[in-house]
Order: sequence, then structure tokens, then C-alpha cells
Amino acid sequence: MLKILRERWRQGYRTSEFPKVEPVLPERFRGLPVLRAEQCPADCRECESACPFGALRRVAGRVAVDLGRCLFCADCPACPHGALSFSADYRLAVRQRAELLYSGRELLLAAKLEKKMLSLFGRSLKLRQVSAGGCNGCEADVNVLGTLVFDLGRFGIQFVASPRHADGLLVTGPVTENMHSALLATYEAVPGPKIVIATGACAIGGGPFVGSPEVHDGLEGILPVDLFIPGCPPHPYTILDGLLRLLDKR
Amino acid sequence: MSGIPVIKNGGALPLAHIPRLTPAEFAAMCKVRLTEGARLAACLAVPEGEGDTQLTLYAVLADDQGGDLLVIAQEPQREFISLTPRIPQFHLFEREIGEQYGVNFVGHPWFKPLRFHAPWQGDGDAWGRDAKVHPLIGDMDYFTVAGAEVHEVAVGPVHAGVIEPGHFRFQCYGEQVLHLEISLGYQHRGISRLLQGGPHPQTPMQIETMAGDTSIGHMSAYAMIMEGLGRTEISARAAALRAIALELERLACHVGDFGALAGDVGYLPTASFCGRLRGDYLNLTGLLCGSRFGRGLVRPGGVLFDLDAALAEKMRAALAPVARDTRGALELFFNTPSVLARLEGTGQVSARDAFYLGLVGVAGRACGFDGDVRRYHGGNVYEPDEVPVMIEEGGDVLARALVRQQEVEHSLEFLGRRLAALPAGALRVAPAPPAPDSLAVAMVEGWRGPVTHVAVTNQDGRFKRYQVVDPSFFNWSGLALALRDEQISDFPLTNKSFNLSYCGFDL
Repeated sequence: MLKILRERWRQGYRTSEFPKVEPVLPERFRGLPVLRAEQCPADCRECESACPFGALRRVAGRVAVDLGRCLFCADCPACPHGALSFSADYRLAVRQRAELLYSGRELLLAAKLEKKMLSLFGRSLKLRQVSAGGCNGCEADVNVLGTLVFDLGRFGIQFVASPRHADGLLVTGPVTENMHSALLATYEAVPGPKIVIATGACAIGGGPFVGSPEVHDGLEGILPVDLFIPGCPPHPYTILDGLLRLLDKR
Repeated sequence: MSGIPVIKNGGALPLAHIPRLTPAEFAAMCKVRLTEGARLAACLAVPEGEGDTQLTLYAVLADDQGGDLLVIAQEPQREFISLTPRIPQFHLFEREIGEQYGVNFVGHPWFKPLRFHAPWQGDGDAWGRDAKVHPLIGDMDYFTVAGAEVHEVAVGPVHAGVIEPGHFRFQCYGEQVLHLEISLGYQHRGISRLLQGGPHPQTPMQIETMAGDTSIGHMSAYAMIMEGLGRTEISARAAALRAIALELERLACHVGDFGALAGDVGYLPTASFCGRLRGDYLNLTGLLCGSRFGRGLVRPGGVLFDLDAALAEKMRAALAPVARDTRGALELFFNTPSVLARLEGTGQVSARDAFYLGLVGVAGRACGFDGDVRRYHGGNVYEPDEVPVMIEEGGDVLARALVRQQEVEHSLEFLGRRLAALPAGALRVAPAPPAPDSLAVAMVEGWRGPVTHVAVTNQDGRFKRYQVVDPSFFNWSGLALALRDEQISDFPLTNKSFNLSYCGFDL
């Protein structure tokens, strides 16, 4: 017992001050893209074919990154003209799929839930996680929110074992054909009203596996999504930031 | 049967140098070598031509003590006699090939689909299903036990916790588990097919996410394949940086596993400490390359991120308190009798079963089988004496925990040493184009065990077939056997002591 107390004292208090204090992320962290449209040669469309995941396109003359498709690759081949780099901004979660098409203007970060939903879930949100082809990257970064560093429980959010006890689903993975029916069955088992959170590039649009005949390229057309959290995988703070915005806690 | 080509880890050889044995010679060769201490590292089928129904079987036998890889082939066949009854290490490879090419392995005692996808070519299906329709996941005959008091417990694919999906069927007599059958495939993303005709621009990202907790392990194996096929030598510095990332990946996962084991036996101090410490190791990888999972660090030809003296010192300084806290958390864990009592004798796999199934990595070493790729096939990264033999004999949850403890200790010591003295060299050299009509093999000791990749190229140097063997491929069968005669309530603890990959198996 004394040994436990001594070790507990040595390990110290480790819960982060988030959201009161902003987290310190590594210098090489790749977050919200920085677009320098002035670097784009006129009529250049190189980026549209250079990104193997189709994350870039020219929209009304401006280059735009689809954050739902972007994997934040270290060797992003998209632009040889230096118009694209990544910032350290980890806040990426939005409420609408279309808002993920980011052209350098301010990203419309997730708004809080509608009044009735917020009154139901604002102080207690129970989620069932479903991995539908996830690689264990997103799953690990969701799991870590339960550790003492993030202490998800202090925000009233908890992952539960049964969909019957849940207020919504947090889905990872590109929705494999082999998980399609299990995902739908799990969604059905959640009592309404319910929410769906798409976590990671796979769940949003298929991620690295977009176009594979064995996957459905994410949740689009399968389940209605209330929160999109981009990244491959998203940083735990990206996920937590999105969840807190949804519950009007940021 | 002389003239069997031998290559080293990361090596390649022309297909023409691999003699085509008759089925009888192939079987005899495997039997002899696999009884004499080699293990079956990989086995794959390659059609002779595009859409050809004649398949050439290749097997890679790893002679760990000698540091050699034997590559053998069998002359093209349409139907195969199963080697599984004589050499059980083949059991999943034969099911995999049967499912991929719609071929039968006559005499296979447990011939069932593995990942539930339609055959890759032709209209033949090994189980007589409609080859044009996607099969229904889990649709197969499960092993059942009959009797008045016998009952079946089915769990999954969606099971409690933030965890990947899989289906588990327990045949129970009261609390006693007579048999556990594990049926996977839910995570199948079709990676092996996506890799055919590659490398494609998407390939590196798909490799890094085939098992996202082993990004460094799988990506290093892929890079070695490309370097082997291109006869590209990477610098000592790039190799050292890969090794640093690999050991950080191992530390993060092993420490996380200690947290999970502690949580399952209700020992909360270590559970909560390790949950935090795991993240600290991931953050160290984040310092190195921006991604906590090492995405984008390793590329064919070297690495993308350097560690200058200042950053190396920063990592060393950050590692020291994390290492201290890890040792403190483990010391509590292993010095608590009530913890040890729950681990000892639980989920035991006999050395005999481990040998026949070819268990690898942590699970294999917990049964007394070494075969650490770092030690025997490490090349220049790990000096021969640098990696000790880290084995246990018990084969139970405790033995797997003790192997992890040894590995944690070794990795911490390795990192301290390597971060202090990084060799010089180019970060990355441009890899030469892959050689045509060749076969390359690469093995990396990932945190679960050897991650093995095999590539067969066509006349243009593109992948005709790219096989990935995650250590989980072998070890899921070990988990199934570990549950025999246990209580169903010991499943979570036993499962965590293996902590296998679903997506790495399903691909």
C-alpha cells in the first residue's frame, strides 16, 4: 500500500488543463492546411491529379483542400509551387460535410447541437464506438481520451458497451462491406434521438482505401452524420475539441 | 535437393533462380526444414499469367539461427493436396489461397473462408458459392459441440469497448470453455488486391494503415521490399532512425498492454499510469515526425525526418522521466501477489501447440521460441549482441507479460543509447526502380512479432502479388487454443495478453 502511494506521488498529477489551456503539440505536427493562393499559377490544376486521394481541387479559381479526404501526408505531393503546407492548428471538426472543403478562409468549426439535443446530451453523452474497418489508429486516439490525461468523464462523455445504453455512435473506418450490416444493426439498436460522429478520414470518405471494392468510402449515404472529425488519425485533441464544441463546452 | 536459393532479410532474387519442385519434393522439403528448426514465414500463390488458373506456390522458410531465408516453389497446379495435416503451420495460408483463387486444398481438416471476399479471378469458388456475389460475412460451418449441458456463446462482431470487430464462438460446458472459434474478416479492406499492379501513389499510406498500430513495422517492411528490389542501400542514419521509431512503437504498445492487463485484473494504479505513459511514447514519435503513429516517417530509400542534435537531446530528456515512470508502474505490477495470482497459469498455450501453429513474437517467445528478427535477421541496425534472447517458458498470461517487460527494458536501453549516438548518413537516397520478375522478402520485428512482406514482380517490375503476413496471422490460433479448458471469464485477460490485430489479419 505504501509503495502504491509512493509511486502515485512520484507519477504526479497529469490531467491536462484543456480546454482552459491550449495543448502544446509537436513542431512537426500537421494540422489545418495553409493555402497560399497567390502561389498558384493561373489555370494550374496540377494538384487535382497529384493528390492520390483526390483531396484537392480548384473551386471558382481558388485551390481548396477537402479536409475529409486529406490524410495530412508528410510528403504531400500535391503542389510543386509551394501553395500548400500544414499549420499546427489541431481544430478541424465541423458539422456539415460541405464545410470540409477548405479554401483558406476561416474554417467553420463545429457548432453546438440543436437546443433540444443539447438539453438531452449537453451534460451526459454516452457513445458506442463502432470500428468499421478502422486501422486501430483512430480507435487508439479515441481510447486515449479515457486516460487520466484527457479524462473524458469530467465532460460528461463516456463510451459504453451496449448501443442500447448509448446516445449515439462514434464511427471509425471506411465501412467495409463486411461491417456494413453490423454497423446498421448497431445504429438501429441505439434509441433515438441519436447522433453519429464520423472520426477520421476513413469514416468521412474512405481515407487511404477510397475506391476499394471492399469498402463503402465512409458513412456518406449510409448514416446521417452530425460531426465530422478529419485526420489520419485525428489527434486526440482534435477529437476532444470537436466533442466539446458539439456539447457547447468550448 | 540442393540448389535451393537462400537470401538474407530484405533481399531479392530472380524468379528464374527458384527451382520448381514437384508437390512431393515441396512437401518433403517443408517437412524436413520446418522440423529442423526453420519456421514458415510466408506462403503465397501466384498465377502463371494474368487470370491463369494454374498457380505457382511459393514458400519462405525462415532459418532464424542461421539468419537465412529459404525460398522454394512448387510447379504450377490447379488443385492442391493440403500440407496442413502433416505441417499445421500451413493451415491459414492454405485457407487464404483457397479463398483468393477459388482452389481446393484436398485433405485440409479445417477448410473454411478466412476473410469472406469473392475469389479474385475466375468463376470457381472453393466452397461452391456464387463467385460473382460478395459472400456473406461469417457464413460458414462453425465447430460445434453436442451434449445436453453444452451451450454456445457467440460474441461480436461489435463487442464491448473501443475495439475492432471480430466474431468469437465459445463452446462451453458450464463455465468451462471446450473450444473457441475465432472468425474474422470484418475489417477486410481488400488491401492485397489494391497492392496488385503497384506500387501506386496510394501504396505507402495504405501500408501505413493496414495495421495502424504497427505503422512503422509495416512501412519499414515495405521500404525494405522496395530497397531489396531496387538494390538500394540506405544509410546507417536512416536505418537507426527507423529502429528508434520501431522501438518507440513497441514501447507505446507494450506499455499500453500493461495498462490493459492491469485494468482487467482490477489493479488500477498500473492501469492508470500506463494509460498516460502510452501516450507519452506516442508523443515522442510525434516529436520525431509530427504523427503519433509514425505516419510519414519511413519511405523507401530512407526516412523523411531527421533528428538533429538538439531534437535528439530533447527526446532523450523527455524519455528519461517517462522511462522512470514506466519502470515504477511495472515494478508495482510485478510485485503485487494478487496480480501475479491472476496471471499465472491463465490462458496457457503448450510449447507443442505453439510449435505446430508457428506462434511468433511475444506469444511465441512466451512459449520458449525465440526467432526475434532483430536478433537473427537484424542486418546492420541491431548489432548481433545487442538484442538478448527474451523468452519465457510458461506460455501463460504471466509469461507474455514477462516477455513484454524484458522487451520494454531492452527498448528503453536501446533508445537511450541510440539517441545519444546517431550515425551519420543521408536521410534518404532515391530508390532504384524495382527489378522485374523477382521475389523479395522483408521481415521487421514489430511489437507483436515479425511483420513479413513478400513481393513478386512481373516483367515490368510491378507487383504481381504482394503478400503481407502480420504476426497476428499466426497468433489468433494461439489465442483460440489458450482458451481451451479455461473459464469464459478469463477471455478478456487472455485476449489482452495477446492483443492481436484484427485489421492486420483481415487486410
